[in-house]
Parts: sequence; C-alpha cells; structure tokens
Amino acid sequence: MRHGRYPFILSFLALPVGLYAWLVILPFAQAFQISLTDWSGSSNTFNYIGLDNYVNLFKDERLVLPALRHTGIILVVLPVVTISLGLFFAFMLNLGGRGRQGRIEGVRGARFHKIVYFFPQVLSVAIIGILWKQVYAPENFGGLITGALTAVGLPAPVNGFLADKRFVLAAVIAVLVWSAVGFYLVFFSSAMASIPRDLYEAGIIDGAGRFQMFFKITLPLLWDSVQTAWIYLSIIALDVFVLVYMMTPERGGPDTASEVVGGVIWKYAFNHGEQAFASALGVVLFFAALTLAVVSLRFGPRERIEF
Amino acid sequence: MATDTAEQTAARSNGREPRSEGAVLNLFSQGFLWLWALMVIVPVVWVVVTSFKTSREIASDPLGLPAAMHFENYANAWTNGHIGGYFLNTVQVMAFSVTGTMLLGAMAAYVLARYEFPGNRLLYFAFAGGMMFPVFLALFPLFKTLQNVGLLNTYPGLVLVYIAYSLPFTVFFLTAFFRTLPTGVAEAATVDGAGHYRLFFQVMLPMAKPGLIAITIFNIIGQWNQFLLPLVLLSRNPEDAVISQGLANLALRQGYEGDSGALFAGTVLAMIPIFIAYVLFQRQIQAGLTAGAIK
Repeated sequence: MRHGRYPFILSFLALPVGLYAWLVILPFAQAFQISLTDWSGSSNTFNYIGLDNYVNLFKDERLVLPALRHTGIILVVLPVVTISLGLFFAFMLNLGGRGRQGRIEGVRGARFHKIVYFFPQVLSVAIIGILWKQVYAPENFGGLITGALTAVGLPAPVNGFLADKRFVLAAVIAVLVWSAVGFYLVFFSSAMASIPRDLYEAGIIDGAGRFQMFFKITLPLLWDSVQTAWIYLSIIALDVFVLVYMMTPERGGPDTASEVVGGVIWKYAFNHGEQAFASALGVVLFFAALTLAVVSLRFGPRERIEF
Repeated sequence: MATDTAEQTAARSNGREPRSEGAVLNLFSQGFLWLWALMVIVPVVWVVVTSFKTSREIASDPLGLPAAMHFENYANAWTNGHIGGYFLNTVQVMAFSVTGTMLLGAMAAYVLARYEFPGNRLLYFAFAGGMMFPVFLALFPLFKTLQNVGLLNTYPGLVLVYIAYSLPFTVFFLTAFFRTLPTGVAEAATVDGAGHYRLFFQVMLPMAKPGLIAITIFNIIGQWNQFLLPLVLLSRNPEDAVISQGLANLALRQGYEGDSGALFAGTVLAMIPIFIAYVLFQRQIQAGLTAGAIK
C-alpha cells in the first residue's frame, strides 16, 4: 500500500484544494488587501492608505454605526430567543408529556408539531422574504396581520410593519426566529434522545416536576449542544442580509432603521463604488465572527458529564 | 409578538383536557405549541388561498376567501413570470454543482481522514475554517476573478463557485464520517490487492453511503436556496436567473405592475416541489440538515 501513496494523495487533493484556494481563499485574502487601499472597484489605480478605512468606519454615522448597532441587537436577540424556544419546544415534544403509567414521552401530536415547525427551514430565504413581506404588508395592499388587527378593531400601522421605523427591525428578527426555531427543535431533540431515561424516572420518583426536570437534568446535560447552537446562530446573525434586502424599504430602511452590516457592505461595494471601504467593514465582520467562535469555545465547556 | 391575538385565542381553544397535575402548565404549553404550529401554517395556507384571488380582491379583503378560483394568476406567473424557466435553470446548474461538490468533497475528505501526510491538519483547518467566513467579504474579489477568466454571468462559473463554497461544510462533515469507518475492511481489501483508487471507489464510498446521503440533502437544499451568489455572479440576463433570484425579480416587478396575484401564485409554484419533497423525505431531510451539528 505504500506504493503510489503520494501520487494518489496529490491526485485526490489537487482539484478540491485548487478550486477552494482559487475561489474562496484567494478572494478573501484579496479583500484583506483591498481594505488597506483607496480602490473604488472600477478603476485600475489605487494607493495604499493603511488603516484609514478602518478609522473612517467608526465615523460613518449615516450607515455603518446604525448597522453595527442593529447587527449587535440581532446578535443578542436571535440566539437567546431561538435557543429558548427551541429548548422549550424540544422538551415539551420529547419529554413534556406524562404518559400512562408515568412513562416519559412527548406531548400529544409531537410528531405533527415537529414536521410543521421544521418546514420553514427548507424554504428558501427568497420565498420567506416574499411570504413575510406580504404578511406584514399594509392593509390596503392585502397584509395578513394588519388585516387581522383591523378586523378585530385594533390599531395597525398605516403603512404596514416594514415601513414603520418602530417595528421594522423587530419584524425582521421575528422572521429570522420563525425560520430557525424548527432546526434547533430537531437539533436539541436528537441531543435529548441521548439522555438516559432512568435519570428522568429517578427524578419523577423523587417528586420532581417538569420545571425541575428541565432545569436540573435536561439543561445541564445539553450544555454542549446549546453552545454549538449559539455559535451557529451568532454566525447567522452576523450574516443577516438577504431578508433585509428582500423585505425592507430601501433595503435597510425606512431611514436606516433596519440597516445591517451585510447590507452596508453591499451598498458600499455595489451601489456606492467604495470597494475598499466595504472590504474594511467585511474584515471587521470576519474578526467578529472569529472572536465569537473562539470565545464561546474557550469559555464554554464545563466539565463533561459522561453518561 | 403583540400581533397574534386572533391566532392566540384560536390556539387556546385547541388546548387539550387538563390533568390534575400541572393543569395550568399543561394548558399553557399545549396552547403555546399550537400557537407556534399556527404561526407556521397560517401564513403558508394564506399565501395559497390568496394566490387564487384577483389582485383587487387581495387589496380590498386580505383575509377573505376568493369569490371564484382565479387560475389566471398561475398562468401569469408561469408565462410572464418565467417560473418554469427558472426551475429548469436551477436544476441544470445543480445537476453539476451538487455532483461536483459531493465528488470533490468526498475525495478531499477521504484523503484528509485516512492518510497521514505533512500539511494534513493545515488543509483540514483551511477547509473547516471556511464555514465561518462571511461571504460578503469575498463577493467583490470573486466577481473580479470570474470576470477576468470570462466566467462571470455563466452557468459554469456559478457551478464552480457553488462547489467551492459548499466544500468547507462537506469536507468538514465527511472527514469526521470517514474517520468513523472501521479500518478492518480497508485492510482486508488491501490484502486482496485493491489499490488506493479501487479502495476508495469500491469499498469506502459504499460504506460511507449514509453520510453521503445526509450531506447531499444538505447541499441540495443549500444550493437550491442560494441567493447571494447568483445575485452577484449571474446578473446580466434576467432570463438566466435561478429560482430564488427569479422570484425576487418577480417580487420587484410586482411592485411596479401591481399584479400581486401572480406573485402569490409564483411563490406557491416555487414552494410546491419543496413541499412535496419535504413531505416525502421529511425524516431524511431533518437528519441531513442537522447531521453536521451532531458530531
């Protein structure tokens, strides 16, 4: 078997590594380089201007600072809400029911709920954007929520939820949560399946209610999964863009109320022709993602419980 | 959400019979479970119902049922909206991109998992690290790269990019999978005189089938839903658009022409194949999409 080992390794790695280096690694490296220049993106001339772009980022009160603020909000709210809901649903659907003879099982209809909750996960973000744009639309454009609110005599925003500065960011986050919860429900469900049932049975004998079972047994044993989910959701939160692009007025409006970092990179790169500035913001985003991953991996793990 | 009062009351009345123990908790959690189910079902059903209304009905009575089944919306979406064409475009691209992703991904993952050589760890981390890169950062250099070699606004260009950007997760997942396969079978095959290539194609690939299926489903869904890359790299000719891009175009045009009926119908048309696939392969899809997360 030693015969022809290296030719084999080379022949198998050449294509994937070559393609990956050419279309992924190299563009990312170039983006770092571009961020140190004053390149507009269209001309062939540019100068190196050091870290000026980075300094100017934090002076841009028109787009960058609101975007950083909103992405920061999403970064906190999306994981917290999604993980809480995912854990709650997973617990109810797998362990929440009290079956006959005190057996541990999910509540009734658990299978149905799982199928329904997961469905948004397979819908493309373009479809989700169109769907919810219609749901949030103003009443005279056929909006579902505004129509329902008016039908029961409650006030609704005249121009719909997405054209209202007060609601637009919350509306976008709600759609993000809506589409993500099913995934984390299934994710936590499979983690819960590996927790031995006798732990719960012992808990029941000791008179534990469902609250105690959740907080004293399930949650501590799921800590690794929660941490993984946190990293995934943080990366999703940092990358939010397509929904904002599809749903909101002026792709980040009204009046920058739903501007996010991804969208601002897009605007500077493809609308304003300020490639270097956009790249600098992208690099900041990259290091934010890296820091988050490293921090949660370093400070996350508690002592591992073998079972 | 403060806006779901109607659904909430509907959900409450669905709560099951309370038991003596924790009756309130039971009612609350059952109600909440149904509320969430309705939050998924109601918008989707509403879009389907609305797709049969005339544009005037949609604007004047968003919640009502259509007076008559207005099938013209579907004809409009199919012909003026080109939904059928976008479908074919997407299938065409993905036939190559998914196959390519799986082949290249499996090759790289196999070598990284089962062969020791200098630089092995470095390559593995180069691939795995790619999962964290924000795509925005690379978009413009990528645009220029493809432009320089004449692959911008072409399907081959898009296929190569899809493959390259699907590799990180595919390699990461399949490397872990190949590592778990027993070494005994490989050794036996080697003793029987199988070379490196035969070992891979005739022994290891068939053994890795469950992992390959899971990650194929993951990639199919991921590439079907891809929006950002085609938006930048396939923007010249609107008729060449892939499905999510085409829908976005339809949504944009609906804003000018006011034909919201066609937009609803187009959305439904785009959902139908996904819905059928989901109902049929619901178990495999859930396993495939969450597979990477469970190490």
